[in-house]
Amino acid sequence: MAARVLGVVVLAALLVGPFVPLGVMREYTIHVLVQIFIWSFIGGAWSLMGRFGLTSLGHGAFLGVGAYTTTLLWNFFGLTPWLGGFVAMALTAVLAVIVAYPCSRFQVVGHYFGLVTLAVGEVIRLLIIAERDWTGGSLGLTLKPAGGDSLLALQFADKRVFYYGALVLWLAGLWVWWRVDRSMARSAMEAIGEDETAAASVGIHVTRFKVGITVLSAVLTAIGGIAYAQYISYVNPDTLAGIGVSLRIVFAVVLGGMYSMLGPTVGTALTIALSEYLRVLFGVKFIGMAETIYGLLLILFIIFLPAGIYGTARQLLRRRRPAPVAA
Amino acid sequence: MLELKNVTAGYGHFTALWDVSLRVDAGEAVAVVGPNGAGKTTLLRVISGLIAPRSGEIAFDGKGIGGRPAYEIVGRGIAHVPEGRRIFPALSVADNLKMGAFLPAARRRYAESLARVYALFPVLAERQKQRAGSLSGGEQQMLAIGRALMSRPRLILLDEPSMGLAPVMVLRLFDLIRRVREEGYTILVVEQNVRQVLKLVDRAYLLEVGRIKMEGRAEALSDQDFVRKAYVGL
Amino acid sequence: MIDPLFLAEAAINGLLLGGVLALLALGLNLIFGVIDIVWIAYVDLVMICMYAVYFLVQVYGWPIWVGGLASVALGAVLGVGVHLLIISPILTSAPVNQLLATGGLLFFLQSFATFLWTTDHRSVRLTLPRLELFDMPISVARLVAFALSILVMLGLYLFLTRTYIGTAIRAVSQDREAMALMGANPQRVYLVTSAVGGAMAGVAAALLIIQYAVHPFFGAAFGPITFMICVLGGLGNMVGAFVASFVMSEVIAISGVIWSTEMGYVIAFVVFIVMIFVRPGGILTRRG
Repeated sequence: MAARVLGVVVLAALLVGPFVPLGVMREYTIHVLVQIFIWSFIGGAWSLMGRFGLTSLGHGAFLGVGAYTTTLLWNFFGLTPWLGGFVAMALTAVLAVIVAYPCSRFQVVGHYFGLVTLAVGEVIRLLIIAERDWTGGSLGLTLKPAGGDSLLALQFADKRVFYYGALVLWLAGLWVWWRVDRSMARSAMEAIGEDETAAASVGIHVTRFKVGITVLSAVLTAIGGIAYAQYISYVNPDTLAGIGVSLRIVFAVVLGGMYSMLGPTVGTALTIALSEYLRVLFGVKFIGMAETIYGLLLILFIIFLPAGIYGTARQLLRRRRPAPVAA
Repeated sequence: MLELKNVTAGYGHFTALWDVSLRVDAGEAVAVVGPNGAGKTTLLRVISGLIAPRSGEIAFDGKGIGGRPAYEIVGRGIAHVPEGRRIFPALSVADNLKMGAFLPAARRRYAESLARVYALFPVLAERQKQRAGSLSGGEQQMLAIGRALMSRPRLILLDEPSMGLAPVMVLRLFDLIRRVREEGYTILVVEQNVRQVLKLVDRAYLLEVGRIKMEGRAEALSDQDFVRKAYVGL
Repeated sequence: MIDPLFLAEAAINGLLLGGVLALLALGLNLIFGVIDIVWIAYVDLVMICMYAVYFLVQVYGWPIWVGGLASVALGAVLGVGVHLLIISPILTSAPVNQLLATGGLLFFLQSFATFLWTTDHRSVRLTLPRLELFDMPISVARLVAFALSILVMLGLYLFLTRTYIGTAIRAVSQDREAMALMGANPQRVYLVTSAVGGAMAGVAAALLIIQYAVHPFFGAAFGPITFMICVLGGLGNMVGAFVASFVMSEVIAISGVIWSTEMGYVIAFVVFIVMIFVRPGGILTRRG
């Protein structure tokens, strides 16, 4: 009950937030919040695979394919991102199937699966850089401006539009997570995670579920990538593809808690806050120091808090309440 | 030589052994029999150090070994021939035996141990260079036992040596185990094949659902009742 | 049509590069085969060792072979360090955590290197004789690197098959628990394995710095190809990794001369994807 009240309060605050006069801080806060919404959405998409043991280290591939497809279609053909998005989703789905199908049929799991996805993510990044003639290579690509606000081009001068759009996206992501959590797919995937052979023997179509959940995760990630590209109006192979962004997504989700609905959001909020703090702290002096500390904290965190914040909190709470004596 | 007192052990939330006490004296051959899932393998794993006991004591030569890591317990003179043989499939027979003598003390007497193993199991000498994974089940079992002997143990733990072997092979195997025993090794064997193993050992324990239900001298237990209990647990 | 001489030159260069790539792939595979963990930051360890050689040889003027030996020693020390500080504490953690830990190391190494040495490219300038084979210029540095990498791999093979600890390492990769029952302390075996894997990174670093410039994101260039090779050869499969290294390097070299270097990577990717479908267990596994 208390949780629900808190949820409503937070939601109300988020809804009216952009209209509260905070001066210059407001722009910055909105900017950070938009990023948190979008990356939480992406993190949630990743966790749909991660919670079932499909540890992808290559989600950057889906981000990149999504974002670059819509950007290129808009820049070169004037195709509205609304339609370009469908093309992007289709391409991402194909890529997801290409990766998931053989891995699932031949039981490539754990570290091996992580490595395959890592390679795929990196190769997409390299592909983008290789085709520099039309992708802009490492320098990235700016979204062709549509001049002012345009729903068709999904570009808006007023950040607040993006804010509400991102908020809706984030809520939609939570809804998808909730639906998957309650679905047959969840039970099937957990069974598969426990014992694939046993699951198959009771009629669970292992490959179909694994590929299905991968496609869902990939397509949602692509949508997140498109949202980010539209907001920033710029795509770059290092921010939207490759191992760097892929690891960040995974870290945020594991930090916040892979098995809960709000886990990815909590983790993303914390990592973005941390990143921003370090960036502001070091500014332009000591280039690389912010990232160094980020990496160091990541390592320390994994070693000392393996269950993530959510998991660790739950363990502590459990210890406070004495467990009932077993019969 | 080996004494377990009120040992409780298991995996995670699951307890496989409850309050188990047993004893093996030097030079004896003792069997632990029981139906599937009784906890026989867990028993050997707790003795050899692959899992730590939750409570109770395990003493070897009067010194406690409960909770010590496996590689240390081997050094004290206990060799464990695990369930399913667990030989190194991609290594040659000779390399497998070499690995058995990993301990420094065992390495010093390597040549001597090897000669003894080849004398006991001539087929291993024949197939020295062969890939261990390509041996037959019975040969692999011999290799597993030979490998255990290479560490120069005083107590040998055997986990279901007859598993997966044809009846003829089982008889040959138990003969070989008898010969190993005659060389002076103390043996604790866990087995499903109750009839055969009772012919081999001095004493036996019946383990059922993690508890010792019965114990006695082998001759006394070779009656129908005990054998049926061991198989079906009724 | 492409001048066959260019193709031949590319093929030879591919072969020579394949040697060093094989070192990277084998090191990574060795560690995975024994410890069951993928060091995502492996090529970044190579990067650190490359900087070491650069500083010793280019800045302090030590002879190259001393720099090389120092690199090997540093690699071994780094390997042991990584295992003790990062891997050991998380041996029983979930795979995602293990991958994140070595991923965190990757971030750390790349950004720390940026902080310490900026993103400038550094190379070791060696004056080496020019070599020509049938009118094709062959880089002596590359030739030497290839020869040495073959020697090192031979050494690794002998180590793994002829020495006690080497055989023990192979045994642990086949059955960790059984080896513990032989009296082998797994932690000690892991440390030796990490030291050997790290030393191989050190060798690769010395061989690479004489051909390529080093910069903090060197791992971003050589990492993906190493991972692809490992998957292509079948993770944990040493012979597969060896073969896959040359297959990949040839694909990249030859496509590079027909189209462009980056296109070479793209083609390699396509080959990689096709192979995953055809032989997901790696090139050398039997079908199905």
